[in-house]
Amino acid sequence: MKERSITTRKAVNGVVTAAAGAAAVFGLAMLLWILGVVILRGIAAIDWSFFTQLPSPPGESGGGVANAIVGTFIITVVAAIIGVPLGVLAGTYVAEFGRDSRFASAIRFCANTLMGAPSIVVGVFVYTFMVVPMGRFSGIAGSVALAIIMLPIVARTTEDMLRLVPNSLRESALALGAPEHNMIVQVVFRAARSGMLTGIMLAVARVSGETAPLLFTTLNSPYWTVALDKPMANLTVTIFNYAMSPYTDWQAKAWGASLLITATVLIMNLAARAAARERRFGS
Amino acid sequence: MNDSLVPNPKISVRRLNFYYGSQQALKDNNLDIAEKAVTAIIGPSGCGKSTHIRCYNRIYEMYKGQVATGEILLDGENILDPSVDLIRLRMRVGMIFQRPTPFPMSIFDNVAYGLRLKAKLSRSELEARVEKALRDAALWDEVADKLYEPGTHLSGGQQQRLCIARAIAVEPEVILMDEPASAIDPVGTAKIEDLIFSLKNNYTIVIVTHNMQQAARVSDYTAFFYNGEVVEFGRTTDIFTRPQKKETEDYITGRFG
Repeated sequence: MKERSITTRKAVNGVVTAAAGAAAVFGLAMLLWILGVVILRGIAAIDWSFFTQLPSPPGESGGGVANAIVGTFIITVVAAIIGVPLGVLAGTYVAEFGRDSRFASAIRFCANTLMGAPSIVVGVFVYTFMVVPMGRFSGIAGSVALAIIMLPIVARTTEDMLRLVPNSLRESALALGAPEHNMIVQVVFRAARSGMLTGIMLAVARVSGETAPLLFTTLNSPYWTVALDKPMANLTVTIFNYAMSPYTDWQAKAWGASLLITATVLIMNLAARAAARERRFGS
Repeated sequence: MNDSLVPNPKISVRRLNFYYGSQQALKDNNLDIAEKAVTAIIGPSGCGKSTHIRCYNRIYEMYKGQVATGEILLDGENILDPSVDLIRLRMRVGMIFQRPTPFPMSIFDNVAYGLRLKAKLSRSELEARVEKALRDAALWDEVADKLYEPGTHLSGGQQQRLCIARAIAVEPEVILMDEPASAIDPVGTAKIEDLIFSLKNNYTIVIVTHNMQQAARVSDYTAFFYNGEVVEFGRTTDIFTRPQKKETEDYITGRFG
């Protein structure tokens, strides 16, 4: 057996380490570049009126995106109210009741497929089945689209988290004479609580930056709108409209809105991580 | 085999067979469990000890493909009958598992869990019942000042006594213990054995153990299982001093297993 030279092996090691390091630096540099541009340009656009005033007419400076901030908040909260309970229940069915039945694996397959579906497809779907029959764009249609995007994420993380709960805990509860629903809600959910919460927050963070589904469902509005059955102002479509407009002031506002969304998503991700770190039993 | 093997049977097992899918794990088990006494089930790993007692509260039904046939008479009623209400059965037949399984909630809520399922109690009644269960499980003195701390913060031995408190809080008639001390250190084990000794005044106890000294110390009756069959059953003193079957003698003298 001919021994390979130490020098060659060290050289190969050096090359691989350098390549991996360079790739990491490149990825990180891109991220920092994007973040840096968003922060610099965004901060320049953000002032008090940005949060408190309605958009200015095209071409005029001043004004803000207060209606879009409120609109995005409402659309996202309503989406969570629809999507989270459905997702949690679906995940619970697959993990606890369906177990390894064919129906459960069919649901899991659908959830995986839906999770990979481009969000614009969901937007077009809701456009066809809600916007067209209703005759107009609306906040609720946007919430439904976002809820559809959340559903598989919440269902899959719920299922994964419930599967991590050891069966010995289920046996112990059942052995005390607990009905199955009580065992699941009182014991298994509690044990999986922080993981489930993380999944929900990641799902909310994910949809709060979606633009394509809202373009087809909620559109946008320059006015104060809290009525869910009318087009509603929202940050992502505002970014889309403003960034492509010829007015420098609107372009600046688009950067400000980008910064706001990026910061919100970042905070939600940090909160999700904090929730995941929390021990099984809080306090 | 219809004659009872003990003077006062609480549970009579007749022709019990158990299958994991197509694999048979128990073969024609016949056994009587004396009321308010401790019955130990011993035998080498994989001989069906745990499987056998998991039939007494039908906890195996959680899993697909596990089937028991035959009869298990609890006070004369065949609990394997499909019409038996599982919730009521499990309130009568409690179970302690190999590893402590405190629920992710406070010590108080752990013990109160079964009580809340069983009856609507006032806060003061609930507190009294929780305290009594913890006292009976010899845990009260150690946790009285931290009832609202998580049960998972206790030591392994304390967690197991918490599980015993949780099981006896609902006042079952039978307590099944599946190697309750195998994951506990020697001091904790001694406490649990003392506890078993005091509990048998009020409860019918069946304990699965791979520790023969433990079986000899705590039990009144002993059943020796091998390959899914009840090889020998009798008073613990008889089984350990003059076993009738060669397999039993080989096992308790440490020649195999």
